[in-house]
Amino acid sequence: MTDHESAPIVALTEAAKHFGPVRALDGVSLSVAPGDCIGLVGHNGAGKSTLVNLVNGGLAPSSGEIRFDTGGTALGAGVRSVFQELSLCPNLTVAENLRISHSALKGPGWRRPARAEIRQSLDTVFPDHGIDPDAEVDTLSIAERQMVEIAIGFAPRGTEARLVILDEPTSSLDAGIAEQLLAHVRRFCAGGGAVIFISHMLGEIFDVATRIVVLKDGKVVAERPADGFTRQGLVDAMGHVTAEEGETSETARSFGAEIVRSPEGLSAREGEVVGLSGLAGHGQAAALARLYLSRTSSWHARKAPEVVFVAGDRTRDGILPLWSILRNVSISILQQGARWGLVDRAAEEATAAEWKKRIGIRTDDVTNPILSLSGGNQQKVLFARALASSAPVIIMDDPMRGVDVGTKQDVYAMIRAEAARGRTFLWYSTETEEVCQCDRVFVFRNHEISAELTGADITEERILEASFEMQEAS
Amino acid sequence: MTNPFAKPWIWSWVAAALAFALTLGLTSGRGAGELAYAALSFGAFAAIVGLGQMLVITLGPGNVDLSIPATMTLSATLALKAMGSDEGTALLGLVVALGAGLGAGLANYALIFLLRLPPIIATLAASLVYQSFAIWSNRGLRIKPPEGLADFATGRFLGLPNVAWVGLALAIVVWVVLERSVWGRWLLATGQQMRVARLAGVPVELVRASTYVTVAVFAALSGYLLASFSGGAALNMGTEYLLMSIAVVVIGGTSIAGGYSNVPGVWGAALFMFLVVSMLNSYGAGAGVRNVLTGAIIIAIVIAASTKKRGRA
Repeated sequence: MTDHESAPIVALTEAAKHFGPVRALDGVSLSVAPGDCIGLVGHNGAGKSTLVNLVNGGLAPSSGEIRFDTGGTALGAGVRSVFQELSLCPNLTVAENLRISHSALKGPGWRRPARAEIRQSLDTVFPDHGIDPDAEVDTLSIAERQMVEIAIGFAPRGTEARLVILDEPTSSLDAGIAEQLLAHVRRFCAGGGAVIFISHMLGEIFDVATRIVVLKDGKVVAERPADGFTRQGLVDAMGHVTAEEGETSETARSFGAEIVRSPEGLSAREGEVVGLSGLAGHGQAAALARLYLSRTSSWHARKAPEVVFVAGDRTRDGILPLWSILRNVSISILQQGARWGLVDRAAEEATAAEWKKRIGIRTDDVTNPILSLSGGNQQKVLFARALASSAPVIIMDDPMRGVDVGTKQDVYAMIRAEAARGRTFLWYSTETEEVCQCDRVFVFRNHEISAELTGADITEERILEASFEMQEAS
Repeated sequence: MTNPFAKPWIWSWVAAALAFALTLGLTSGRGAGELAYAALSFGAFAAIVGLGQMLVITLGPGNVDLSIPATMTLSATLALKAMGSDEGTALLGLVVALGAGLGAGLANYALIFLLRLPPIIATLAASLVYQSFAIWSNRGLRIKPPEGLADFATGRFLGLPNVAWVGLALAIVVWVVLERSVWGRWLLATGQQMRVARLAGVPVELVRASTYVTVAVFAALSGYLLASFSGGAALNMGTEYLLMSIAVVVIGGTSIAGGYSNVPGVWGAALFMFLVVSMLNSYGAGAGVRNVLTGAIIIAIVIAASTKKRGRA
């Protein structure tokens, strides 16, 4: 054991992975030793997910070598991964989901140790989590599911977790829970474990990583200790030029007539960007879905829809998996230009080509299947679907999950421009930073609006204040 | 896409061609024309109900119409009764048949939508009602179709059976609707994920309703033609089309999971289903052996088609 203490848990030498002509990973060398917390950053499609899948043994490299200190497989070396796309079985309980990756639990009565183990792990990572190990996963909010998935990743599962790969673990967690996770990651690494931490939120990377690796187009373009990077330096290394903060000229904008009002008190005016905030799972997504469903019909479709929806939970609400990128973009605008009920295919192709360019969907051909895209690029397709329509109201349900920093900036700018032309946005986000860009913010608590903030009142403190119950506040 | 075997519909056509060749192998080529003619005639009825069933199955898991046989029987019975063997009533009969199909389709969907019944239960239960209506209105009488209509149903045009032309025209219409029309896109989107389609602005209930009506109208048309072809409606005339309609869809390469239709495959499978039986007949297989072999062959084709599809994805 002591011999291995300083030896890397896993070492990649010139590892490459090609999918047909696509070089997803183009010769990467990387070693992860006990105690390391590696921050892995890069754009959508830079090769992060492929690298993860090589390390955890999900894919075999096309060339190069991957060596574990135990000499065996990733599983034997204690490599665990927690994915960005949630991979729990929704019809099983939390404890039963643990069993799926814990083959030592067997025989009658296996549920009891399973319950104990997952509760122990949840308690360690997320104190006061309030998740029942006997709850079926589909009754949990998306944040709770993510917490369960993370806890399963860190659970001993018969051996011991030595290297845990976290792929966008905080994207659906609110700030408080995310902070608990970051604290646990630091504890875990201090205790001799190793973590590969993938995030588009650079603040978190600087918070936990001891070393930062930047991927671009399947290659490592920079690898340095975390304090060797500045925030701007890191963004530059990823190779996307982003506008500096403060480019939003805060002239007092005027808005048109009120265009949205829901029974629970949500309202929005023409040209306004309205944010929904608060702790994840406090009714924001449900309120938006209700609003959308009440303003559209399942019996007839208007030629020009009144409201469109951008999904954050892509597989459940957004992607049509059998289709090409082209057909996924055009589904909401088919009636535009249709004659005799037939789709105007020339216009459809033109629209898809235009949005591929405008929003930067990484593909050489829009007739490629949608599932050939990385998660962030699939999300861009969903943006294109909504923005390409002429709908005056756009509802966005945490749409930035898994989207890289550069694209986020582009989309923010696009939202600003469209709002200036009179379109209205209702935008739920788990990232306070995004909410702070809105003209007006509704904070949700326990499925009700607990505060409505405007202008200079929209600050992180005010939002947090309204998110939590304050005893005897005034 | 250069490899023709990557297309899931090719297998039903390959199988049909193979069954055709094997049958002719026994007669060393004699009777090829007659066999092809018979296959096109009988295949047309299966193809028409198959096209309808394909649209329903494309709606996604759990969607299927089990009332096809009863709808065929009911619409054929009502149509023949309305025509009463009188000349010049063919159009009236067609309108009555299609009207009965429309009614059955609306009733099926009403059960599914209003009572939230699973389609399998709803259509199966409804089919008992349709079958009873057919029994009441028929009362054991076997009314002959008008002579002109019978001549049309058994006649030919440019060497091909008239019923095959009808089936072919319908296939082309369905293909255009699926591949080119807004409604076709809506159907395919709904079949992939109903919630996603709804959130993308697709009127999913309209799509479902129109699909269940379409399948019933197709069944009615098929029943009307079959009764005219075989000289009258019989209460058991639709029986074999329950399994047949589902088999041709599955063999034809349409995804049972929904969201993916395959029009040419349905025709290939309809021909195959007829040819495989005549092949086994001409090799002298008994009824039991014939059924076992037919089942085994269907399973083999479905496996071949689905393996290719995975490779493609």
